[in-house]
Amino acid sequence: MKVLGISGSLRRDSYNTRLLRDAAKRVPKGLDIELWEGLKAVPPYDEDDDGNEAPAAVTALREAIAGADAVLIATPEYNSSIPGALKNALDWVSRPLATNPLRNKPVAVVGVSTGAFGAVWSQAELRKVLGTIGARVVDGELAVGHAASKIADDGKLTEQSACDAFGMVIGQLTDAVEARTAANEEIAA
Amino acid sequence: MTGSALTLAPAGTWQLDPTHSTVGFEVPYLPGTFRGRFHEIEGALDVSEDGAALNGSAKVASVDVRDENLAAHLRSPDFFDAERHPELRFSANEIELDGEAVQVRGEVTIKGVTKPVDVEGTVTAPLTDSHGNERVGLRLSTTVDRTDFGVSWNMDLPAGGPALGNDVTIVAELYFVKAA
Repeated sequence: MKVLGISGSLRRDSYNTRLLRDAAKRVPKGLDIELWEGLKAVPPYDEDDDGNEAPAAVTALREAIAGADAVLIATPEYNSSIPGALKNALDWVSRPLATNPLRNKPVAVVGVSTGAFGAVWSQAELRKVLGTIGARVVDGELAVGHAASKIADDGKLTEQSACDAFGMVIGQLTDAVEARTAANEEIAA
Repeated sequence: MTGSALTLAPAGTWQLDPTHSTVGFEVPYLPGTFRGRFHEIEGALDVSEDGAALNGSAKVASVDVRDENLAAHLRSPDFFDAERHPELRFSANEIELDGEAVQVRGEVTIKGVTKPVDVEGTVTAPLTDSHGNERVGLRLSTTVDRTDFGVSWNMDLPAGGPALGNDVTIVAELYFVKAA
């Protein structure tokens, strides 16, 4: 099962990116988390540029999502909301709405912040946006606040409760992929 | 009701005429009522001496709300989840008549959830069209709480309160043609 990891932060030492990198090393056998690192190359959304040939970075993101069974997004929170670069990338991916690669795709959202609340508002808005785009967003949540003391340099979560919550989110994501596969097979039969 | 069914239409199988029939919904949205419909519908009315049975379905993918992006949202997991639950279904075998008034007790399935519903409406007297086909018409409606079926999307308004109502009226204008 292939999961595309997307960090909403561009910062080199981002806690959210570290979390995804660490998760990629720890996931159960049979699960592969591939970190997508092209966010900075995605230009501002402009419908005039979204013709038959979208910008290369956008095409790469669309193809990466289409080729994954699920998507795992780790996001910080900027001014109580979704980081602009991440929202911009999702706006690109969402077009055209009826056929975009996130439609029906299982997606999980987690968040890490240096403040107290673990990017909960950013996560909530991200879930709303993903739902509107047509993704199959799982309910599980991981909100890690005070990142400096909760995320080690190598990206490991230092608190067992956070590890458990992250494990539950990953479990829900894989369950959603399996349920989608089973449902599609049943409908096709 | 066995006796009443005999007056609904002559005994036999009556196939839905999908071209002239309409299955749609009405839901409070902002300051008005928002309406949509499903283009791909199927159905049959079976009338016998023992009673009548009405069965029908609508393809979620055929939802039409005159806006491509809104239709895409309605097909998504936020609303009807067309991938996992491609059809809406209705079935009933309790149909009572009182003159032109019809009362139906049936089951509706939305997003994979099946619930009993009471449906009311009217029936038009059978007639023969200019091509010699026997036709009968039914107008039916029922109101359901969409959240009972897992269709729970909403958005808060700036001043508070939800943008979208929960009570959805399903309206069906059904033309049936008697099978040969």
